[in-house]
Amino acid sequence: MTRLAAFRALSLAIVRGFLRDRASVFFSMVFPLMFLVLFGGLLGSQGPSEVHLVQVGEVALLDEMDADARAAFDDTFEVTRSEDLAYAIAEVRRGDADVAIEMHGDTLVAHYTETDQVKAAVTQGALRAFVDGTNVAQSGEPPRFALETERVEDESLETIQFVTPGLLGWAVAMSAAFGAAATLQGWRQTKLLRRLQLAPVSTRTIVAARVAVTLGIALVQMAIFLGLGAAAFGLTLTGSWWAAVPLVVVGTLCFMAIGLLAGALARTTEGAVNAANIVVLPMAFLSGSFFDLSAAPGWLQAISNVLPLKHLNEGMLDVMVRGEGPAAVLVPMAVLAAFAVVVTLAAARIFRWETA
Amino acid sequence: MSAAIEVVDLAVSYGDVRAVDGVSLEVAEGEFVGVLGPNGAGKTTLLELVEGLRRPDAGTVRVLGQPVWPRDPRLLPRIGVQLQASSFFERLTAREQIHTFASLYGVAPARGDEWLERVGLVDKADTRVEGLSGGQAQRLSIACALVHDPELVFLDEPTAALDPQARRNLWDLLAGINDSGRTVVLTTHYMDEAEVLCDRVAVMDAGRVLSMDTPAALVRGLDAPARITVAPGQLRLDEARGLPGVADAVESPDGVVLVTRDPARVVARLAAEDRLDGVRVQTATLEDVFLDLTGREYRA
Ligand SMILES: Nc1ncnc2c1ncn2[C@@H]1O[C@H](COP(=O)(O)OP(=O)(O)OP(=O)(O)O)[C@@H](O)[C@H]1O
Ligand SMILES: [Mg+2]
Repeated sequence: MTRLAAFRALSLAIVRGFLRDRASVFFSMVFPLMFLVLFGGLLGSQGPSEVHLVQVGEVALLDEMDADARAAFDDTFEVTRSEDLAYAIAEVRRGDADVAIEMHGDTLVAHYTETDQVKAAVTQGALRAFVDGTNVAQSGEPPRFALETERVEDESLETIQFVTPGLLGWAVAMSAAFGAAATLQGWRQTKLLRRLQLAPVSTRTIVAARVAVTLGIALVQMAIFLGLGAAAFGLTLTGSWWAAVPLVVVGTLCFMAIGLLAGALARTTEGAVNAANIVVLPMAFLSGSFFDLSAAPGWLQAISNVLPLKHLNEGMLDVMVRGEGPAAVLVPMAVLAAFAVVVTLAAARIFRWETA
Repeated sequence: MSAAIEVVDLAVSYGDVRAVDGVSLEVAEGEFVGVLGPNGAGKTTLLELVEGLRRPDAGTVRVLGQPVWPRDPRLLPRIGVQLQASSFFERLTAREQIHTFASLYGVAPARGDEWLERVGLVDKADTRVEGLSGGQAQRLSIACALVHDPELVFLDEPTAALDPQARRNLWDLLAGINDSGRTVVLTTHYMDEAEVLCDRVAVMDAGRVLSMDTPAALVRGLDAPARITVAPGQLRLDEARGLPGVADAVESPDGVVLVTRDPARVVARLAAEDRLDGVRVQTATLEDVFLDLTGREYRA
């Protein structure tokens, strides 16, 4: 009974201390969300946009296209009509349109600008494909070769689908590590740890309270990330996303352990927070929290595979957006748990009640 | 009465500093004991050893009949501790602070509020600890040590940062606690405080207890002569030297100072001669005992 009261009192004290520390609230809640808004909101809308095409006069190729082909064409081009070639070309020059087309007999003439080279290439390629396709159709011969394109996994994910789990992993890692490092050092500096040693609370209760608060913060982070992603940026979670909850719990324990180790090694609170930072930030880069690593060189991927955050991120991607079953989190959870145990043992060996 | 604290041959070192060097002492239940000593004498270290915060290199400590090392959770609710550095939860208000400590000891929060009132912090109840003055933080720290009504209280320099009012109030408070049968052990640098409050004082230096007794017995043991100052013009120096019982006499700006081991006799004589105007009698104090025992040089 009193143990429960002590647990509650300690947890409350830690939560209050956290919420009143503007810097930790900012870095664990607001800062990662800024990245989510940046990546999800700004970069997400930068997908290949439609090509604005001005059709001048009659263009048989377009006007006589069958319904299927026309639908495909409209996916790529947004068509407006004009009767004045000079005006249409001026629009292209100004950048209000991307290409103006007209027919000279059987020749399709396209007026384009190289200002946006990617768009220029897309425009030319697409128009050529449609001209070729129409030629083939007119010849009456069935086409012999076919091309099927399929993009590989992550590229098929919208930006928001990809960045949400990675950024969430980084946010959870950061606040768990900082929280543990700063609390341990702060309490040691103010001699509160010694004072608590003389109160009838067990070390287990103190640790349990700190762990409970950190887990609570991690789950709130998760709820905010997924809620904001879904509400504002069109994040859609796949079936077994809930399996990410136990994964995040184990991941949080793992990063708390890393923070404890940093806190046990450092001599000041600032030192502890810096040490946690030095570990977590590069790890986030190397674990694909900020960008996709599938195109990175092999040695980089090899490094990333020994980092716990990589496993947290991959596990979350698997169940949250790649549609894999709940079993996909088992291996990452085992890896994270192993890290947590080893690092905690190391921290416990190094830990001193006081700064010497 | 049984012993609240029994310390036998206690010793601990930090590297080659022998912070506590072979201390043995006993404190009876209900006693009020002061530990005096220059900076670095080992007072804090001794208290921490007795509280069970540190493991001694040698010797044993029993508190309320139980060994304090290893940590014994059944003993902890019976003792209250105020450490020399105030130790608080970061960013909590004074009230939240004492409520948290109350909960850790399984005491109702209302008791915490009572204690805030007793140490005069009601006005500061909603101030975060970072915003308290040194003396206010000190009083909060004392309140947190006493909130669970412990049988044995350790206070490390409780009056160090207090203003004279707060100091007197705390004296009353501690005397009250002691009168209700609690044992109190405190360290202090104020001799008046030790003299007023303590049943016995221990004078420490360099990790050793040099002397431990009642303040009166320590002063008596010093066997120092009294100094009687007679206002200028009342008495000539050669007259003074001739008085029975006077060992020596010197001139000073305040008048003639008579040094004697029999102040009663000298004062009676001065009274008979009607020369008592402006007479001041100074007997040895605990401070003289302290300086006699520990010397006058600065400590590291
Ligand atoms: N953590 C420590 N590491 C190393 N030496 C220490 C440590 N704490 C105390 N000492 C040394 O032990 C000796 C006793 O220190 P202690 O704090 O017990 O003195 P004190 O009598 O309480 O002094 P004060 O009146 O200044 O509070 C000092 O020489 C001090 O320098
Ligand atoms: Mg001290």
